[in-house]
Amino acid sequence: MRGYAPILLLLLICIATPPLVWGLARLLRPKAPNANKYMVYECGITPVTQAREKFSVRYYLVAVMFLIFDVETVFLMPWAIQIKELALFGLVEMLFFLFLLLFGYGYIWAKGALTWE
Amino acid sequence: MESVAHSIGLSAVMTWTLLKVLIVFGSVMGVSSLWTWVERRGSAMLQDRIGPNRALLFGRWQLLGLPQLVADGLKFFFKEDQVPPHVTKRLYWIAPMLAFVPALIGFAVIPFGRSFSYQGALYHLSILEPGNGMGMLYPLAIGAVAVYGILVAAWSSNNKWAILGGMRASAQMVSYEISMGLAVLAIFMKVGGYDPGEIITEQAGVLWKVLPNWFIFRQPLGFLVFFVCMFAETNRLPFDFAEGESEIVAGFHTEFGSMKFALLALAEYAHMTTASALIATVYFGGWSVPFMPEAPVLLTILFFLIKLLFFMWVFVWVRWTLPRFRYDQLMFLGWKVLLPISMVNLIGNAWWMTRGGH
Repeated sequence: MRGYAPILLLLLICIATPPLVWGLARLLRPKAPNANKYMVYECGITPVTQAREKFSVRYYLVAVMFLIFDVETVFLMPWAIQIKELALFGLVEMLFFLFLLLFGYGYIWAKGALTWE
Repeated sequence: MESVAHSIGLSAVMTWTLLKVLIVFGSVMGVSSLWTWVERRGSAMLQDRIGPNRALLFGRWQLLGLPQLVADGLKFFFKEDQVPPHVTKRLYWIAPMLAFVPALIGFAVIPFGRSFSYQGALYHLSILEPGNGMGMLYPLAIGAVAVYGILVAAWSSNNKWAILGGMRASAQMVSYEISMGLAVLAIFMKVGGYDPGEIITEQAGVLWKVLPNWFIFRQPLGFLVFFVCMFAETNRLPFDFAEGESEIVAGFHTEFGSMKFALLALAEYAHMTTASALIATVYFGGWSVPFMPEAPVLLTILFFLIKLLFFMWVFVWVRWTLPRFRYDQLMFLGWKVLLPISMVNLIGNAWWMTRGGH
């Protein structure tokens, strides 16, 4: 078992577990549906609108900012483990990149994209 | 090992791998379900209450409320599992699995004891052999997948509370992931690789003659960021905006009941187990025993367990000690405090490294 095969084994066991317990529970549990149980839970009030509506745009903004910064983190990784070899030259090169990024960070901060009210 | 392997018709390597997989799966599941009990007893202890004490084994033995675990488990099996008409059926069934699987498989690269050789063969105590190339990147990547479980659960429920909880949780998890990545990056820089084995070897030895050479003492700033991010990543208090009982009922699992809820709840605790193992490995020397470079294998396993369980206790401790954040405070902390700190930590460490420090 070389390489990543053990992870596949663990993955298969993990994927097999939920159907197993669901299957066992299916044999044991009762089934007595009624209209009130099937109502959307809103603390007992009859829901008036659908749940899937327009949502605050800030969440999408967070998603976009996450993409930018996470790609940056991934970009830093090969540099980080080579830092001893790259030495000062590598650091200065990376600081150019980080400067651009931090400039953007300062910009979104100034624009108020990071402020929640 | 050889004789056991022969008797079940597998090669020795395969038997050993199967054994490790079963041990890890069983321990993570066991510790996770045990912690639902520790959480309740712990909260009772911290708040001067009694906690679960009514379930009795055979109607006689209280055992500190431990039979409550069995009672809860049985109850999950006997509960009606309803699939209401307003949910998106396929996603509704997949969501608990999407939460459960990443929470458990993240453990695969973490070594839980010292490698040892027996009858000429070398055995490693981690599911994946060291030198596999992905190392610590793997649990971080798997941890990032966990957000889908919550988001899919929330979306498929078609419930306002659930969607609020799911959106909050996903925004929170992605916000804290960046600082976490940058904090670990400073560790990778020191180690010069991603392998958890190398990270642990790097932490062997003594610092300033009195402290173990752990990364918590060498990079306290990075540890602070990583530690806080772990709470946000696992959706634990003070950052439990996915559930937020006092605001949005039960958040993303409002519409889930019975065994599906059990899996979601278990996933949260399994995630906590993996997070504790990560903290222990990256910042507290993993299985290494302080001041004992040649510790016996069993002692290293014991020390790993002690560290793991200690951090799981810290999760409970913090939950019942700190009040919940407000959402704008959470975003403020993530984007305006932790991100600059982790940046400073990274650049400072890089500068120190290029100046010949280590």
